[in-house]
Amino acid sequence: MERGYRKRKTNRQIPEDEVITLENVTKSYSTGAPALNGVTLHIKRGEFVFIVGDSGSGKSTLIKLLLRELVPTDGEITVLGYNLKRIKHSKIPKFRRNLGIVFQDFRLLKDRNVYENVAFAQRIVQTPTREIKRNVPSILATVNLAGKYKNKINQLSGGEQQRVALARALVNKPAILLADEPTGNLDPNNSWEIMKLMETINENGTTVIVVTHNREIVNAMKKRVITMKKGVIIEDEEEGMYIDED
Amino acid sequence: MRINSFFYTIGQGFKNLGRNKWYTLASIATITACLFLFGLFYAIITNFQNVVKTAEEGVSVTVFFNEGTSEDEILAVKSDLEKRTEVREIQYVSADEAWEGFKEEYLGEYADGFTENPLADSANLQIYLNDVSMQPALVTYIESISSVREVNRSEVTATTLSGLNLLIAYVSAGIILVLLLVSVFLISNTVTMGISVRKDEINIMKYIGATDFFVRAPFVVEGILIGLIGSAIPLVIIYFVYTHVITYVVSRFTMLSSLLNFLPVETVFHNLIPISLLIGIGIGFFGSFITVRKHLHV
Repeated sequence: MERGYRKRKTNRQIPEDEVITLENVTKSYSTGAPALNGVTLHIKRGEFVFIVGDSGSGKSTLIKLLLRELVPTDGEITVLGYNLKRIKHSKIPKFRRNLGIVFQDFRLLKDRNVYENVAFAQRIVQTPTREIKRNVPSILATVNLAGKYKNKINQLSGGEQQRVALARALVNKPAILLADEPTGNLDPNNSWEIMKLMETINENGTTVIVVTHNREIVNAMKKRVITMKKGVIIEDEEEGMYIDED
Repeated sequence: MRINSFFYTIGQGFKNLGRNKWYTLASIATITACLFLFGLFYAIITNFQNVVKTAEEGVSVTVFFNEGTSEDEILAVKSDLEKRTEVREIQYVSADEAWEGFKEEYLGEYADGFTENPLADSANLQIYLNDVSMQPALVTYIESISSVREVNRSEVTATTLSGLNLLIAYVSAGIILVLLLVSVFLISNTVTMGISVRKDEINIMKYIGATDFFVRAPFVVEGILIGLIGSAIPLVIIYFVYTHVITYVVSRFTMLSSLLNFLPVETVFHNLIPISLLIGIGIGFFGSFITVRKHLHV
């Protein structure tokens, strides 16, 4: 990654500690109003950010843009120095290896056991087998699943499955952890457990971005909260609250 | 790419066969069924073609020469004719051989009354053709040779065999083409369906940062293995069915066996093995390669 300041189209120089930069980003689909409309957002290394908002507010589109699953219609997105509007298709895998991703529906490989699911992420980045055998048990211990490494995915509870997903996301030591409704399918106890794990991960230096509807968690954790509505950011506060717009 | 990653992706292809048992079984069954039918028709058609070809090979043109034509002159014509592309083989039958043959066939013990060879001017050339459809052209050429007295040929047999050969060629090409198209369609559909239901798996790999090669390689290995197994099974079945049916027909219907000359199984399999393997492995490879590509743009 480049050191110091980076020149950009908008002439704004990106500070070295800024890992995510969106400048006037618009994403339109073929029909209807734009899903994102002129969004500008800056996230620094090591931040813990909640992105909240009702359905249709543009949260999921934002996550997809950050993952480079979608390309912005207008504006610029820079993540960890990669310009996501201009990145070549062949460079996308390398870019994504800097991200850890956790989904609401876990998205685990159901025909493989816990160990294989986590090791799979290491295989992709071509980690030597010897290191995989050392790293996977270690990360499984971090998410309190050391004793279940041989279990098949369907033998785990929802909370355990999400912890496997979290272990998979973290095993490659990503710079940014993106979580899309990570507690959406979990009970309150498991939800808190996942959020506490994410807080610990953040304290160790990883930037964490969580898209959520869970008002209780957002309000209790006192982190930066970005509130979206109809494709625009309506509020961005340090130690913010998730306030019901209605 | 690291060597262990390469072997990992290959290994995953093998493991996927077991992980997706039902898809593997369905795909192998489809390929087996299609290629079994294809192989069966291929064996029947090649045998049929062989029967006609054998009949064609028996059709000959007999050339008789003018009175007083010497053996050397006849042999000169023979060597001249042997250079022509229509000609497969020429047998020279001297006057004495012609008389011996005639005696044996028609006269038997009554031949003792003849002191001289009555067929003194019957030395002839028996010409066998590469392709009976070329008979008219060859006959026209032979008739233009000054020393030739008469050319005996069976135009009806030649025309019938030549027409039958053409008909078999068209029908067999049609049947094989239809079977091939049906096989390609069914097999590629099975492969496509099997991979499409696993598109979530592909998405997960892509989200984690897998390269297109890393995602695709296990599916392609899996496709090739399914194609290989799916084409090997019908070959084994056809091998046993073919050898047993021929043995049965030859032993049970002796009259048929004298009429029909069945091809040995090795001859049929000489082409059938590469064709079947090419179809099975080819569709397995391209089917999985193309289908996975559809889901790679995540």
